[in-house]
Amino acid sequence: MSAAETSPPANVAGRESAPPRPLWHLVLVRPETLTLVLLILGVIVASRLSPYFLDIGYILRSFALSAEIALVALVLTMVIIAGEIDLSPAANMALSACIFAWAQASGVPIPLAVLLGLLAGLAMGGVNAFFVIVMQLPSIIVTIGTLILYRGLAQILAGDRSIRIAEGFIGVDRILVLGVPLPVVVFVLAAIVLALVLGGTIFGRQIYQIGTNEVAARHAGIRSRRIKLILFLMIGVVAAIAGIMTASRLGSVRYDLALGKELEMVLMAMLGGTYIFGGRGTIPGTFLAAWLLVVVSTGMTVANLLPAIQMTVLGILLIVSIIATNFIYSRTQR
Amino acid sequence: MSALRSLLLRREAGILVMIMLFCLAVGLYKPQFLTGNNLRVILLLTPLIMIAAMGQMLVLVARHVDLSMGSILGLSAMVTGMMFRDMPQIPWMLGFAVAIGTGALLGLINGALVTLFRLPAIIVTLGTLNLYRGLTFIISNARQVDRQYIPTELKAMSQTSPIFGVPSIIFIAFGVAILAYYFTMHTRVGRQVFALGSNPVAAPLRGIKANQVTLLVFTISGALAGLAGILYASRWGFVNPSNTGAGFEFQVIAAVVIGGVSINGGVGSVPGVVLGVLLLGCVSAALPLLGIPGAAQNAIYGTVILIALLIDRTVRQQGVLGLRRLPA
Repeated sequence: MSAAETSPPANVAGRESAPPRPLWHLVLVRPETLTLVLLILGVIVASRLSPYFLDIGYILRSFALSAEIALVALVLTMVIIAGEIDLSPAANMALSACIFAWAQASGVPIPLAVLLGLLAGLAMGGVNAFFVIVMQLPSIIVTIGTLILYRGLAQILAGDRSIRIAEGFIGVDRILVLGVPLPVVVFVLAAIVLALVLGGTIFGRQIYQIGTNEVAARHAGIRSRRIKLILFLMIGVVAAIAGIMTASRLGSVRYDLALGKELEMVLMAMLGGTYIFGGRGTIPGTFLAAWLLVVVSTGMTVANLLPAIQMTVLGILLIVSIIATNFIYSRTQR
Repeated sequence: MSALRSLLLRREAGILVMIMLFCLAVGLYKPQFLTGNNLRVILLLTPLIMIAAMGQMLVLVARHVDLSMGSILGLSAMVTGMMFRDMPQIPWMLGFAVAIGTGALLGLINGALVTLFRLPAIIVTLGTLNLYRGLTFIISNARQVDRQYIPTELKAMSQTSPIFGVPSIIFIAFGVAILAYYFTMHTRVGRQVFALGSNPVAAPLRGIKANQVTLLVFTISGALAGLAGILYASRWGFVNPSNTGAGFEFQVIAAVVIGGVSINGGVGSVPGVVLGVLLLGCVSAALPLLGIPGAAQNAIYGTVILIALLIDRTVRQQGVLGLRRLPA
């Protein structure tokens, strides 16, 4: 920051007249760099705990267990960049998985059941969008409401039973593509596509503009409501995909599928350097953070830490990561 | 009568009408709903939520939110329950001090993170929701505090009292509500909470110490969650690391939002919240009578929150927002 701030010449006109920062500065002072460093550190520490960590297959198999959550976190990143938040996707996963499982258990052919699940996800995204965009209510509280509602509907549909998935559809994580479990492949492909969309298209740039200053973005002719609608529908469908993948991985569905996983989704986005107030963040950041989180939680499991301690650590990580990103952004902003 | 008063009266009158219509409808279908015994059931469902709702109301009025209440309840109850178990000789009344103190400390931590680092409360309390729940497991070694360790006097508070045999925890809940009413309407700091929530930029300019008020609000919210924690032990007679308080924050938020507290800060009243809590209690008590499975409870809470949000928005859209800042 010092280079930028101490340079005296005509800086009055605003930001565009500021001298360009050196490249190393741009690369170093980015939250994603921090995530990458932490990831490398995490792998080193974890491999000390257990030699398994040097086995790439082991890491990939561990990642397959969180790939669905990570997939949703990618889209959530875009939602947060646009200045909104969605806390309901974990409940959405449960409800769409329950609808899918219930449909196929009552004799609907599998492809149709999948379609039903996806449509349910789309509808849930639509409900969120209705309240946030049409009714102009804050997304935080709306999605807390729908979080309870979707989970409650799943509870009504499935009760305390677990619904079995047909044999033929079980085991999406056991399908290997070039030795990589399918959920991981889906996640990586989605990350690439979304990174290109967010970083390289007009649509992507408009998401950043909405998050930075929605009023200004509207005056600049950006259809912010339409873009937010697309984002909410997108996260709804992706959550449904994630829910159905989880159903296939577990082989049966209960209403408490992905219970409390909204923490991990938000955590992945925050750890990856997404700015909670919108306008900043990247898909590669969330991508790295997802791997970091898997390494950390698998490392804790290998080190025989209780799930409760892991929960505590995740909570602390969320707070620390948001403090860190806020700090970095406040230093680079002006 | 000022615009603000008439607005608030209208909101509260609306909730009251909703309660009466609901009770009448259920009562026509199942007459036993309108008996004194059922009133007791309804009132016994509400004290924990009512106490916590007063804290959540303050936090929401100050334009924040506390998602960690259920975990604070759980951790305070666990600390208190373990004290009862491991130190049976200490006076049981001390449990209240321990529970409230633990809760206040945890709330203070929330408030400190929000003010010191200027973080959004939703993310901070989502983090501490998990953090405190994890700590509950850690300190208890994932073991439940069983019924025989909870002092009999404490358990008796949920069953009876010298006054007409109405359980004491109901009196405690309404006592807290009366204190909260006094605090919000008749103390300087209480009004500052509203000023801060109405306009966080203008309030400091008028000499309101925003950070201190925010810290206070979160501490009160934590302390009340702690009080609800020991009353949980009284009401249910055990403390379980995973069940106690899980999902509690959602019921509280539902009650507060139904009670007309605006999520945009600055608006809310204790009578409204009390009525919101009672409406929620009526709904919960009616479900088993109507043969609706307990599984439906969450879906109903969610729906109720969304409906309350829509009502809140309608009220704001009718130009009431402008009147809100008039002096009461």
